[in-house]
Amino acid sequence: MSAAAGAAKAPSASLRDVTNRWWTDVKSGELGSLPIIVGLIIIAIVFQTQNDRFLTAGNFVNLIVQSAAYTTIAMGIVFVLLLGEIDLSVGYVSGVAGVIATVLLIPDGNEVPTVVAILAALGAGAAIGAFHGILFAKVGIPSFVVTLAGLIAWNGVVLLLIGSRGTVILQDDFIIDLANGFLSEGTAWLLMLVCVALYAGTQLNEIRVRRKAGLEQEPYLLPALRVAALAIALGIVVYVANQDRGIPYVGVLVAALLVFWSFILGRTRFGRYVYAVGGNAEAARRAGINVDRIRIYVFAICSLMAAVGGIILASRLRSVDTNAGGGSILLYSIAAAVIGGTSLFGGRGHIKSALLGALVIASIDNGLGLLGLGSGEKFVITGGVLLLAVTVDSVSRRRQTQAGRL
Amino acid sequence: MSDTPILELRGVSKRFGAVVALHEVDFHVDAGEVMALVGDNGAGKSVLVKSIAGIHHIDAGEILFEGEVVHIHGPKDASRLGIEVVYQDLALADNLDVVQNMFLGREELDTLHRLDEIDMESRALETLGDLSVTTIRSVRQKVAGLSGGQRQSVAVAKAVMWNSKVVILDEPTAALGVAQTRQVLELVKRLGEQGLAVILISHNLHDIFEVADSITVLRLGQNVAEFKRTETNQQEVVQAITAGKLSHVPGQAETHEVTA
Repeated sequence: MSAAAGAAKAPSASLRDVTNRWWTDVKSGELGSLPIIVGLIIIAIVFQTQNDRFLTAGNFVNLIVQSAAYTTIAMGIVFVLLLGEIDLSVGYVSGVAGVIATVLLIPDGNEVPTVVAILAALGAGAAIGAFHGILFAKVGIPSFVVTLAGLIAWNGVVLLLIGSRGTVILQDDFIIDLANGFLSEGTAWLLMLVCVALYAGTQLNEIRVRRKAGLEQEPYLLPALRVAALAIALGIVVYVANQDRGIPYVGVLVAALLVFWSFILGRTRFGRYVYAVGGNAEAARRAGINVDRIRIYVFAICSLMAAVGGIILASRLRSVDTNAGGGSILLYSIAAAVIGGTSLFGGRGHIKSALLGALVIASIDNGLGLLGLGSGEKFVITGGVLLLAVTVDSVSRRRQTQAGRL
Repeated sequence: MSDTPILELRGVSKRFGAVVALHEVDFHVDAGEVMALVGDNGAGKSVLVKSIAGIHHIDAGEILFEGEVVHIHGPKDASRLGIEVVYQDLALADNLDVVQNMFLGREELDTLHRLDEIDMESRALETLGDLSVTTIRSVRQKVAGLSGGQRQSVAVAKAVMWNSKVVILDEPTAALGVAQTRQVLELVKRLGEQGLAVILISHNLHDIFEVADSITVLRLGQNVAEFKRTETNQQEVVQAITAGKLSHVPGQAETHEVTA
């Protein structure tokens, strides 16, 4: 195709077209991150008016650390939800991984190098997930049941691994630093600039390649706005965090995982197949996709991310105990993925919903804590927010079905 | 070349246990021809199509592709020959956009093993353009937002994009309204004009008389008649569908009909 023909064939969409298209999507139920961002703003305003410590630099850094484990575990949950399945075992799988890493690092003469302990914990996570996936995909047991059994059994494994010790103190500086160490001011700014530059680069490249291929262009304003939005958002995060202790290492880890899994879901065949299997497994099968393999990989990824979350939790608490992986971890992680906008019905969602949802959950938890409210109030309110998010999902899905059957 | 049908079935039989689904069926379609396959429910249309598509294995007879005997053991074999089937339920993923659906399972990758969206989008536009599908506003639209006719167009475009030679359409207009049906029939005509062999399964004789060049009638698993569209009328076809002459009456002992 010659450049001239391409240019004549593909006029750039005007800003008006793009706005109209976006509005049509919103009306037909493709809400994207809109409700969640509105929600975060409302939460910030409400808590700030109730307690002016909510929007301080110190509390902001706390929030990053508190939401990190939920975000990581929720990323795995996003994969499972994209298939239209569920994993109820992530809480105790994270516990198992945290305990494995911590126990292997006890300095009793048998301790292993840090990297080996971490790899063992992650490997255990991936193996557990693959096991769940095989039971689900090959044996045909519903994922709800497989992972419910997992929830009980892996809780037992945590108790067995801890044994009579009760609480095991984490004695490894590298892992402790994950949630308790901070980037220096200069490094944080440098990292932020690199991120923005890379993002701007990919956006520019996209424009260049699309123009070369003679495909429809979006107005230049949009990529410019996206780059600016990223720069401003990261700038605020780095600036505010630097007023206090700085950006925690775990924040960088979460950001890296976010970019990595977004890439996998958005730009690789595997990611495309995850969406396809979640949207229409029969269509995927007929297209020659190995549906079982995708399902097993997805469950493995979910438990792997739970293991990463378990290590982060161990790092934050500097110890593991018989309750590792219990409490609100499972429920908060699933709630985070759903609140962030990943559909429970499969096929719709993004990795970023894990981050957005976890921020909402951690904000509510943190804000109510500042107001001196207990777990009772926290759970009731978090439950309400989750219900609201699922309602938005169901209603938008109904609108989509209507729009789709014109 | 013109004498050799692109796809030919000779004496194809298929049985499921005691049930004879196909009995010595002969069938053929030429390049550039729209061949309608008609018959009442249970006549064996689906079984015939699934045998061609490699989903069922035939018990007897042979399938010839471009004059050569071929053995189709699975959908992949059929695709490799250039035979594509558009099933009635279309098998599109609603949550993916038009381009993603058209390339599902056969995505193009760039040098870094990333999905090559640019290339795929260009090729999708090209294919839709060749088929004069103008009703789709944007190929980056989710399939969920498309009408029935648009979905059918996407499914057909997906089937013909891979240098296909034979396209089988299973009841493409069954669920469509008047205007949508018109779109799809136009599309079927264009496929024939572009030199593809089209096998059209339909219950709607009106549609068939509009687009088909030839009509094969199945009844109770047997080929009872074949017509040229220009030399027949609806009444004659209906007659064949409901009371076409059978060489073998189902239910009678095997030995009565062994002639070959």
